Amino acid sequence: METLLQQTVNGLVVGSVYALVALGYTMVYGILGLINFAHGDILMVGALVALEAIRLIQLHAPDLGLIPTLLAGLSVSVLVCMLLGYTIERTAYRRLRNAPRLAPLITAIGVSFLLQTIAMIIWGRNYHTFPQLVSTTPLEPVAGVFITPVQVAILVVSALLMVALVLLVNKTRLGRAMRATAENHKVASLMGVDTNKIIAATFVIGSGLAAVAGVMFSSNYGIAHYAMGFMPGLKAFTAAVLGGIGNLGGAMLGGLVLGLVESIGAGYIEDLSFGFLNSSYQDIFAFLILGIVLIFRPTGLLGERVADRA
Amino acid sequence: MNELALAIPWLGKRHPAAARWVVVAIALGAPLIAILFGKTWVRILDFAMLYVMLAIGLNLVVGFAGLLDLGYIAFYAVGAYTFAFLASPHFDIHLPFWIVLPMGAGFAALAGIILGLPTLRLRGDYLAIVTLGFGEIVRIFLNNLNHPINITNGPQGINMIDPLVLFGWDISRPVKIGEDITINSLFLYYYVFLAFVVLSIILVQRLQISRVGRAWAAIRDDELAAKAIGINTRNMKLLAFSLGATFGGVAGGLFAAFQGFVSPESFSLMESIAVLTMIVFGGMGNLAGVIVGALALTALPEVLRHVAVPVQQAVFDRVILDPEVLRMLLLSLAMILMMLLRPSGMIPAYSRYSRPELVVGKAAGEARK
Repeated sequence: METLLQQTVNGLVVGSVYALVALGYTMVYGILGLINFAHGDILMVGALVALEAIRLIQLHAPDLGLIPTLLAGLSVSVLVCMLLGYTIERTAYRRLRNAPRLAPLITAIGVSFLLQTIAMIIWGRNYHTFPQLVSTTPLEPVAGVFITPVQVAILVVSALLMVALVLLVNKTRLGRAMRATAENHKVASLMGVDTNKIIAATFVIGSGLAAVAGVMFSSNYGIAHYAMGFMPGLKAFTAAVLGGIGNLGGAMLGGLVLGLVESIGAGYIEDLSFGFLNSSYQDIFAFLILGIVLIFRPTGLLGERVADRA
Repeated sequence: MNELALAIPWLGKRHPAAARWVVVAIALGAPLIAILFGKTWVRILDFAMLYVMLAIGLNLVVGFAGLLDLGYIAFYAVGAYTFAFLASPHFDIHLPFWIVLPMGAGFAALAGIILGLPTLRLRGDYLAIVTLGFGEIVRIFLNNLNHPINITNGPQGINMIDPLVLFGWDISRPVKIGEDITINSLFLYYYVFLAFVVLSIILVQRLQISRVGRAWAAIRDDELAAKAIGINTRNMKLLAFSLGATFGGVAGGLFAAFQGFVSPESFSLMESIAVLTMIVFGGMGNLAGVIVGALALTALPEVLRHVAVPVQQAVFDRVILDPEVLRMLLLSLAMILMMLLRPSGMIPAYSRYSRPELVVGKAAGEARK
């Protein structure tokens, strides 16, 4: 029972990171119908830029407290990633907006590998230790469950960001324009929405969220690496599909469900397979879920309007 | 055979016969020229032939039938590991290659059907992601199936795989003619691989203009219309998937025999992407383009390796971009730039059976928003 509770907590933490990344996928997909393959790599860039920024701050302003250092590093990385997201949209995707659909998809794969290569050139192939500015020593166990301050921070920050995003999309002018663009580009632009701007904004917001997710991911595991974006990216995409792609609530739900399944599954896979499989097969769950969802319920848990797109 | 001539577009258009002979001469003479630059280059040519086979197979799936498969390298892995299991000291089984190779091809085809059955009703980008996931699952299993029972030997891979033995003739040993001429086994492998490539080309070309090939083109261009005129789209797509996989399986078996060693590392996502880039670069749906793309993108990184590394040494006193990085850089840039600037590839398809703008266009199988 304690394992179950512990894995549930771990799953929620990982799941909320997936959810943040999944939001980026789902927003872009909702508006452009494009799977932005490079989204996972933006997470990676976010983590590595934050790492670099924190290193510099610690070098030049060692007196700054831990939390201000982290926040400064985080803001730098969010800004860099927003700029990156904008640049990618502007240079690669915008020109292909009216191109047949396989073209932007292949371009996105290319962008993903380009980002990885550039990161490899800048930061090398090695794993970097990510500074643990928020403590990772577990707090006093509650009901036998250990939770670390960094995990608490991840849960709180992602919850806040998700609420903020929902408010942005549902309550503001920008959000209304985004929904209109997702509904129908042409009509939205006839109603005076500058769709180019809205699409760019979507990429910028998504990239910002991915940067935050990257910093969280690295803070939790204590490492950063040029290829670290691939798996979380793929899992977040799975989460987005699981929840119903194009649907914000779905992405959040999908992220949490996926995190839970994965972490609880990894805890029990050895017993379930009679010792044949072990936790190194953890990554398989995401793909299995993706396959099952796409085959049996391609609209996802909460999706309804995408039936024709699957 | 017109497509062969088109591999040299400027000559092929006016003098197809001449162009055809030039292509044949290049294919036969390439290793003789390559050896002038050293044995490594013959080895690279051998690998280039394997990539050509992979590209031909993937083109069948992506270019002809319009199904974007990002896990294609998994079939290559199935072929390679089948060969490794059945012809190496690992399980101490040593079957002859003319049994193992077809088995590898068969298992790859089976894997194609297993993957295809549930997923082929998905369209476009979803199919891409699911196949990508499949590729990763295969790699994860190869990496971890070394305990509790050792099947794949994990990340270390399997070595000492039997070489190709044709009619009792071990082609991994150099052949001596007279006293001073020895033919390196790299040459022998090249011509064996070339034979397989030629066979594949003939097969695929016949397929393309057959009823099946036309059915694929119809599905690619408009799935709904294809269904309406009575094409069994599910079976046709499955056929494309498993046939494409078969090519991958054969290439994998040849790879295992040639290299004598397989490990999961050779079957990463990057390789799937590399093969995809080759066909995108050359011209999706067009055999000549695909072959040229495969040759160019196998050779180019190697040329860069031999040029860029010494240049960097001379200029910066150290190597900033190592060859692997250069290859990734080249492939990713090729993919992006081709899509932005020349989406139908270096040698666009010309016949009425293969129109790349439609390949790229309707593979998602739906009207744009």
